[in-house]
Amino acid sequence: MCRTEEDPEPREPDGAKDGDRTTDAAFSALLEDSVEELYESAPCGYLSTLMDGTIAKINSTLLEWLGTDRETVVARKRFADLLTVGGRLYHETHFAPLLRMQGRITGVALEMRTGDGGRLPVLVSSVVKHSGDGEPLLIRTTVFDASARRSYEQELLRRQREAEEARRQAEEARRQAEADRARLTEALAALQRSLLPAELPVVPGLETAVHYHTASPDRLGGDFYDLFPLDGKRWAFFLGDVSGKGPRAAAVTSLTRYTLRTAALHDADPAGALGTLNTVLHERYTGDDPRYCTAIFGVLEPDRDTGEVTVRLASGGHPPALVTRADGTAHFLPTPGGLLVGVLPDPHFVTATTVLAPGDTLLLYTDGLTEARTGPDRTDLYGDEALHAFATRLAGPPPGGLVQALTALLDSLGDGVDDDTALLALGVPARPGAM
Amino acid sequence: MDVRRRNNVVVTGPEDGPVLVLAHGFGCDQNMWRLVLPALARRHRVVLFDYVGSGRSEPTAWSEERYSSLAGYAQDVVDVCEELDLRDVAFVGHSVSAMVGVLAAQAAPERFGALVMVAPSPCYIDSDGYRGGFSAEDIDELLASLESNYLGWSAAMAPVIMGNPDRPELGEELTGSFCATDPEMARIFARTTFLSDSRGDLDGVSVPTLVLECAHDAIAPREVGAYVHDRIPGSVLVTLEATGHCPQLSAPQATAAAILRFLEHPR
Repeated sequence: MCRTEEDPEPREPDGAKDGDRTTDAAFSALLEDSVEELYESAPCGYLSTLMDGTIAKINSTLLEWLGTDRETVVARKRFADLLTVGGRLYHETHFAPLLRMQGRITGVALEMRTGDGGRLPVLVSSVVKHSGDGEPLLIRTTVFDASARRSYEQELLRRQREAEEARRQAEEARRQAEADRARLTEALAALQRSLLPAELPVVPGLETAVHYHTASPDRLGGDFYDLFPLDGKRWAFFLGDVSGKGPRAAAVTSLTRYTLRTAALHDADPAGALGTLNTVLHERYTGDDPRYCTAIFGVLEPDRDTGEVTVRLASGGHPPALVTRADGTAHFLPTPGGLLVGVLPDPHFVTATTVLAPGDTLLLYTDGLTEARTGPDRTDLYGDEALHAFATRLAGPPPGGLVQALTALLDSLGDGVDDDTALLALGVPARPGAM
Repeated sequence: MDVRRRNNVVVTGPEDGPVLVLAHGFGCDQNMWRLVLPALARRHRVVLFDYVGSGRSEPTAWSEERYSSLAGYAQDVVDVCEELDLRDVAFVGHSVSAMVGVLAAQAAPERFGALVMVAPSPCYIDSDGYRGGFSAEDIDELLASLESNYLGWSAAMAPVIMGNPDRPELGEELTGSFCATDPEMARIFARTTFLSDSRGDLDGVSVPTLVLECAHDAIAPREVGAYVHDRIPGSVLVTLEATGHCPQLSAPQATAAAILRFLEHPR
């Protein structure tokens, strides 16, 4: 170890006892170094400079490291002259000011220039010697060869930069993923909005209510419904369920909705509209990716004089509509045997007709309701009977009340509702005082 | 943000004294002025501050964008002058701060009355016909040197600052912050300083100016001092018989005396 005390003369080790003359002699032999010898051949560089940096004394070790001789440097060069240019800049801006201010500085990494044009990484410590009245007299400096340590530090630094770069890239990827996700969510929402009416149109003499719930996390449903005017006197509606869920189902939903709307404007016959849809789906989704749907399509024809609304509908494999009457009864409007839409080239669709008097309501729903699980597995499903009983208990509810009650029921089933669910209720308001 | 806190503004000296603003250069902070402060503050109102990113400035106020150009540092100077509503300021800038002072006086000429440029250099890198003293590679070497020292910066510096038996006057208050800066901020300051070229701004200096250079300065050689003196019309050039880049530390009496002499008779 290097010492910078005034008197680096080694003392006798504490362990040497007077009686142990042999050991003592051996120590003396080993420690025959003079102070001068210790200074010159120490395993570190020694350097003394005037306050302006001019080299006054330098030991052999440092001269050897630098590949120079005493005559070249003593009184001719300043400490900073021995440094690389970068080291000199650092010396002038950091090392020298700190040394001046604090009187000492320890372990500063610098690079020295060697005679053969190479560089020697060193760790430098300096202390200012002051006179008795506090005037700075000279600077004593020790220099340690830090080649090995420097390469280790360089490696550390390189790894640190790599780690920072990796962290930066990961952060960038995360930001990108979040942006992508936000964009995707927005695109899906826009698409979803195109599948359903933003709000139902006002139909004179008719009250309407809907409920819509998507089971898939991307909020793209396979259920659909719509209600729209045909010719000022009549209105068309439909509600259905395409096979599957998610984006692929949504594509079929989109095709289905716009096909039914167009078909209805062209020919308002319910079975005819479903027939057109069947042709389109059957033609579009054949082969590896068969897609089909169940649907009820109907036409409403209000009678202004009586307030009654005639409903003519056709079903393609869809659960039957439920009618609740003003007298508190409820019954399904049977459409048995209707085929799924899009499976066969030339199917037969079952039609039905009913008249809604004031206080009557027609409910269309998808199997998300009737096939909701009421127990731990799919052996206990909500079912048609339960729905019938539920509606009967409500005793002639208005559309809003009916949909609200069913929504509460669905909420109570929680995880049991594992499919998309759509409810559409169309009713003629009860006459005041009729209930 | 409160500018006084942001820039660690310290004001000393008689309240009615003429105003001196002392600005440190790259590598340290307002402590650089300690040895000349007693002489300067005897008759002058002295304002000390740290640039954002140096010393005990507010690190959250730092942004790479602002402090990657000398104009950002000049804005710190203008902000301090406006906050304290200083007029007829004699601005003393060390090293790169000498050029920061030139830019600040350009930005807010109504506030500055005189300029003292201590060891200034408008451009550190040699280019055709101009000798700044360094090559671009030299500057890269300095940046590497900075980095290798920051590896052990706190470990190396903390004991130095804590134990200082030889210079008790530096006191305990320096502990932990003396000239220690965030490595990233120091790197940007170093780049901004040593890659700057403000030679074109010298012509615009219109206030009385003192160019104070050292006879032996490894960073700003005498050619640079002569160049600055030559380019600023009517400037006074004083060469201190001092070694190094920081005469306020290596020759504090002579430095303070030269500044005060100039301020008494600016032209």
